[in-house]
Amino acid sequence: MPDSKLDLLQGTLDLMVLQTLAAMGSLHGYGIARRIEQVSGDAVLLNQGTIYASLVRLQQKGWISAEWGTSDNNRKAKFYSITRGGRRQLSADAAYWQRLSGVMDRVLALGERALGKGSDT
Amino acid sequence: MRHRLRQFVQRFLSYFRSAQLDRDLEAEMVSHIEFATQENLQRGMSPAEAARRARIRFGGTQQARENQREARSFSLMDELLQDLRFTLRTLRKDRSFTIIALVILALSIGANTAVFSVVNTLLLRPLPFPDSHELVWIAPPPTSCGLSCATYSADAYEEFRDQSLAYQGVTGWEAFSTPDNLRLSGRGEPLPATGIDVIGNFFQVLGVQPAMGRLFTADEARGGPHPVALLADAYWRRQFNADSNIVGKSIELSGTLVTVVGVLPASFDFGAVFSPGAKVDLFTPLDLNQQRNWGNIVTLIGRLKPGVTTAHALQDAERVAPNIYFSTRFPETLGRYKGALIPVPLKQYVTGRLSHSLIALWASVGAILLIAGVNLSNLLLARTAARSKEFALRGALGANRGRIIRQLLLESLVLSGAGAVLGLALAMALIAWLTQQGSLALPLLSTLRIDTQALGWTALVAVITGMIFGLLPGLRMATSNLQDVLKDSGPGAGLGRKHERLRSALVVSEVALACMLLVSAGLLLRSFLKVLDVDLGFQPDRAASIKVDYDDSAPTDEASQTKRGIIFQQILERITALPGVEAAGMADYLPLGPNREWDTPAPQGRTFAPGELPDPLVYVVTPGFIHAMGTRLHGRDFSWSDGPRSERVALINESAARVYWPGEDAVGKILMRGTEQDRVIGVVDDVHEEHVEGGAGSQIYYPVTQQGPNGAQLVVRTKLPPAALAASVLRTLRELNPKQPASEFRPIRTIVDRAVSPRRFFMLLVAAFAALGLLLAALGIYGVISYAVTRQTQEFGVRMALGATPALVQRIVLARTLKLAAIGVAVGAMASIVVSQVIASLLFRTAPSDPATFLAVMFLLIVVALIAGYFPALRATRIQPAVALRCD
Repeated sequence: MPDSKLDLLQGTLDLMVLQTLAAMGSLHGYGIARRIEQVSGDAVLLNQGTIYASLVRLQQKGWISAEWGTSDNNRKAKFYSITRGGRRQLSADAAYWQRLSGVMDRVLALGERALGKGSDT
Repeated sequence: MRHRLRQFVQRFLSYFRSAQLDRDLEAEMVSHIEFATQENLQRGMSPAEAARRARIRFGGTQQARENQREARSFSLMDELLQDLRFTLRTLRKDRSFTIIALVILALSIGANTAVFSVVNTLLLRPLPFPDSHELVWIAPPPTSCGLSCATYSADAYEEFRDQSLAYQGVTGWEAFSTPDNLRLSGRGEPLPATGIDVIGNFFQVLGVQPAMGRLFTADEARGGPHPVALLADAYWRRQFNADSNIVGKSIELSGTLVTVVGVLPASFDFGAVFSPGAKVDLFTPLDLNQQRNWGNIVTLIGRLKPGVTTAHALQDAERVAPNIYFSTRFPETLGRYKGALIPVPLKQYVTGRLSHSLIALWASVGAILLIAGVNLSNLLLARTAARSKEFALRGALGANRGRIIRQLLLESLVLSGAGAVLGLALAMALIAWLTQQGSLALPLLSTLRIDTQALGWTALVAVITGMIFGLLPGLRMATSNLQDVLKDSGPGAGLGRKHERLRSALVVSEVALACMLLVSAGLLLRSFLKVLDVDLGFQPDRAASIKVDYDDSAPTDEASQTKRGIIFQQILERITALPGVEAAGMADYLPLGPNREWDTPAPQGRTFAPGELPDPLVYVVTPGFIHAMGTRLHGRDFSWSDGPRSERVALINESAARVYWPGEDAVGKILMRGTEQDRVIGVVDDVHEEHVEGGAGSQIYYPVTQQGPNGAQLVVRTKLPPAALAASVLRTLRELNPKQPASEFRPIRTIVDRAVSPRRFFMLLVAAFAALGLLLAALGIYGVISYAVTRQTQEFGVRMALGATPALVQRIVLARTLKLAAIGVAVGAMASIVVSQVIASLLFRTAPSDPATFLAVMFLLIVVALIAGYFPALRATRIQPAVALRCD
């Protein structure tokens, strides 16, 4: 398995979807998946199909809404957009992730210094 | 928090719109792939390549569907529903397995529920009275003497009531009334009725409120001016068509107009609590003043004050007892009841004797459940063995082991749940039947019902059974190696063999359990046969009795005795003249029923230490009664010339003769009762007066022409079946006395049957459970051997191809059967030695280690095992080598 691709942590996909919708407005499932792949520089290991579990979960929580519509090339598709609750959740989650990644950076740096070894990644 | 609630609701709702959600997802996925394909085409790929790449990037569509479904709903519930559907499908498919399993479960759970209801009613549940734990039965310590031992004089009752500090109330009833002691007339032909005189506060002390009308007033309890009665609910319904205006009406009882003051509630059944197997129709207040000279006549029941324990009550009774007179008119009777006033919880008096039998019964249904569980475990193991490939395949396709175990557990729970429902129906039928068994002398039977506790017990039993028999195969499955199973070819190797060892162990334990049940049943059966063999001192067959109404009222005792003699002589002459009648006689009490004693006769010219002489039971009889009962007599019977003015005569039984004149012939000797002399004219066999199983005490018989009988039971010995004679006997009695009620002409055998009915009841139940256990064990053996034969088809084929005869193959299979059975029987026999010691107190003249029973059971089990093994053995001999070797 190519080790350059990242396995998604639980919950990260939901955050990515929210962020994508916040940035791009209304998108269908394929659009969201493509967008995430592009932004990550294809570094994320994503079966595009898994996006639909995330979408239904976010929808049930009331963070995004969905509506059937027609795409540019005249195909029927379901378009998702972020709700006000979704935006609130996004800012909360984003702050959380930033804090967490800051802490992780510091912890990992500490590990390298103290153990004098490379990590086992 | 709001989003969680929202999500919960949405997830829940998703179950109702899952079709819509699925359609949406399908449409989304289709357009998703199309978008991707479109984009790939724009990048210059060929159409086929574009579509292929699009699908690769999307990943598995099925996986996407499942992920989405899991995300939108409660995954556990989803899976459970799925598993449930799957379970129902598999069970439907495997119909014969399902039916066998359900039958086994229904029988064993049904038996457990029914027995639990009986145990709960008789042993666990309080008596059907408010605060029934406060109620105590006051009697001397249990001795061999009869009911009159457990009774007290009117004076003693009043003294005890007034001096005791422990009670809210003390009451009792007149203990010596016999069935059909009243005559209800004025409504067509006279009908018999059973009434009991109770002390005025009887119902108040028990806490029974009338369903209609009122209880007795204090005035009525003292023999008020108007006779009154309370009707039992069943009698009110049967005799008075549940007349809602009955209160205040008068009914004619034995020639007296009595006012009905109330109807008792249906929940109050005197017979069920105090006199199992008997029914009481109505209650009248007991006038203690009229009873003062009649000796010990009332039983005692007390309601303790709140917080007073039985131990306190006992101390209080010991303090009071020395101050109590038998009769206040005779100062020398002070202290007669010392040590004879022992309060015990009423519940213990009513059902205490049965606790051993009930616990044994409970244990035996428990054993049945265990055997059934083992059996089903075995069946399921066989099934999982056959299905191991299916499970391995499911495992390989990604189902985790937990899910597979859960699946198996669910299967067994569904089975046991369905079995419990069927079992409950069975138990209900059984209980309904039991409550109708009026002749079964067990207390509280009429109050039996399947209540919420029984339902709870059934559910508990079902769940535990399901867990036990489902978990073992499940764990077995989970610990087996998937690859091994998949590599296994044919039903032969590896896992199969391991399974078989486990299954053999299970069958051995089944046989052992069945052996224990059979030994217990065998010992109880033998005891029962011994009980039936007991020489009762009379011949119960071909004899029947009927309660006779007569009027011997006369100004003096002597005139009354003469009048009675004439009436009885006439009755007996007419009855004896009926075709088919061999002999006839009358007595006031029959054996194995209520009885009384009234004096302490002493042999003339001998001295005995106080307390050494017995108080014999008294029967007042006509000439011919001893003969009609089939009791042996040495000396002469009474004759009609033993009248009021001739010498006082008596018959005594052998036990009495041994006490009075040991080693001598009692005939012709004199017994003194105070200053009265009775000449003993004959000695009769000991008659079992109270229990079939107990011994007999001293008994004395007086002629009706010299003493006053308490009613009369006509006993007719006949060459015909008693039923054939019933009409002509009643007609004859009616001709002589038009007031004779249509009482039942009851075979004496039924009296004996009633007396042994509890033992028969327990014996039959344990025997039925043992038979069920045997059947299940046989089924288990058959299953294991049959499976082994299937597994060894190839091996047998090879052997037969190499020259083994069918007889040899059959021997091999039967030898294996025998080995299993022998181990099971050996283990079971050893365990039975322990079990039989535990039930030793339930046996009658049978040693717990009775070799005949043990040997018979072992033989039976081996024979049944060989029969169970014979069919698979037969199949083994019919294996065609060519076919066997070809098959996989």
